[in-house]
Amino acid sequence: MSDISRRKLITTGLAATAGVAGLGLAARLAQKYGLIPPDHGGIYGLGETLTYASQRLLTRHSLAREFSRSQISKPPFANEVEPPTDEFKRLQAGRFADWRLSVNGMVARPASFSLDQLKSYPSHTQITMLQCEEGWSYIAEWVGVPLSHVLDVVGVLPQARYVAYFSIEPDTWESIDMADALHPQTFLTYGMNGDELPVGHGGPLRLRLPRQVGYKSVKFLTRLTVTDSLKGFGKGLGSAAPEAGYAWYAGI
Amino acid sequence: MVPFRVGDSACIPSAASAVPTAVPSKTVVSRHSALVRVTHWITALCFLALLVSGVELVISHPRFYWGETGNDLTPTLFKLPIPASRNLVPTGYKYVLPDQNGWSRYLHFQAAWVAILTGLLYVIFGFLTGHFRKNLLPGGPDLSWRALTKAMAGHLRFERPSEAEAWSYNVLQRLAYLFVIFILFPFVIWTGLAMSPAFVSAFPATVNLLGGQQSARTLHFFVSLALVLFLVVHVGMVWFAGFRSRMRAMITGRAATTAATTMERT
Repeated sequence: MSDISRRKLITTGLAATAGVAGLGLAARLAQKYGLIPPDHGGIYGLGETLTYASQRLLTRHSLAREFSRSQISKPPFANEVEPPTDEFKRLQAGRFADWRLSVNGMVARPASFSLDQLKSYPSHTQITMLQCEEGWSYIAEWVGVPLSHVLDVVGVLPQARYVAYFSIEPDTWESIDMADALHPQTFLTYGMNGDELPVGHGGPLRLRLPRQVGYKSVKFLTRLTVTDSLKGFGKGLGSAAPEAGYAWYAGI
Repeated sequence: MVPFRVGDSACIPSAASAVPTAVPSKTVVSRHSALVRVTHWITALCFLALLVSGVELVISHPRFYWGETGNDLTPTLFKLPIPASRNLVPTGYKYVLPDQNGWSRYLHFQAAWVAILTGLLYVIFGFLTGHFRKNLLPGGPDLSWRALTKAMAGHLRFERPSEAEAWSYNVLQRLAYLFVIFILFPFVIWTGLAMSPAFVSAFPATVNLLGGQQSARTLHFFVSLALVLFLVVHVGMVWFAGFRSRMRAMITGRAATTAATTMERT
């Protein structure tokens, strides 16, 4: 073996060792700072992790763009929803007076809220865009209470890392990390464009998450569960989306 | 993204202005550096993945708009006359294609990451090693009006490329590659990021400068079309110039020349 090729071999070996060590360190740091998405396994895990980690670092506190009243889409486009369940029809017949949002998991005071209770908290509005992963979009004014307010009421325990949220529709649920859960634009939404939130848009209660595409804004919200791990939920991939082949994190 | 190439033939400034003299018979010339070849093929694979997944994503909503918003209830800028994979989209077709958006989105973003990281490596090394200056920047005389029209006329008459072009790019090639690397690629990345609600929350100018989120989507579509057009011409020209020799050069890095052609030239 000549000197040149030996030198090349040694440098290549050193570079490879440094690369592997660097990747190991990066993985450990990413785990520590919560930059690994629950659907990080499989062939698309690399891209998902890079997207989630980089966007989480860039957007921890950034606000979704807000628009002027004149930019509100008339009429807003309501996407398809599954036919209502009997339970939903019963609640609708009672004008949602018996609708409840239960909050449990890693909280000091698990509770159940009626719509009137949620409306008794200071209401907030945002004029933001709902963007569907398919490519279409609309702008609406959303009225609700920030999720962080309700989380304060129930007292989130310090080890909490995610909030899972569930629809009255079977098998419809999502989850978000605490950065999104405590974000000021993450709303429990009950009003839209100066009216009640229409059923076609997820009324009476929808989670609004304007920094992620539409499927994370779950309609007909009935339950929140605060947790430190998503492993015990469904197939352990974080939400219903990855079980159907879609990404858990949908900031893009 | 699309294949891009940089020659490794540092000794030859330009196909048009320099033909090497006194080339010994049956020489093997180093044509493309390893970095150029590896990044070229990774990018080619990524472009294929981005194209297939991008087409699938368009099928879920083959309507395009200008400004901030657009949906089935609003007028379009234009729509593609194809069926859709969602039944609410008014396409005129009586059937709905299967939904492929889940894996298409996963694949699109993963391929974009690999392409961007590969492109960064290529651009950094391209500047450090002088690839851009030596192999892609056209020489001054090549940019004269006469030289350009001559090169263009030669292309339009489908003249066989000269032997020198096996080792070095002609001026039109150089300009096309520079345009793809420094204009189309950055613009397709920009318009792609401008569609991300999270990204624009941190950098709203990325979408505001384009005139809105739907404008960004429409522009992303057109830049992608331009890149596909480049790919078609690129592959066509490789075919025309000699598929085997050009492929061998981009795979093994070597371009062979024979005594006969050397004789002809001298």
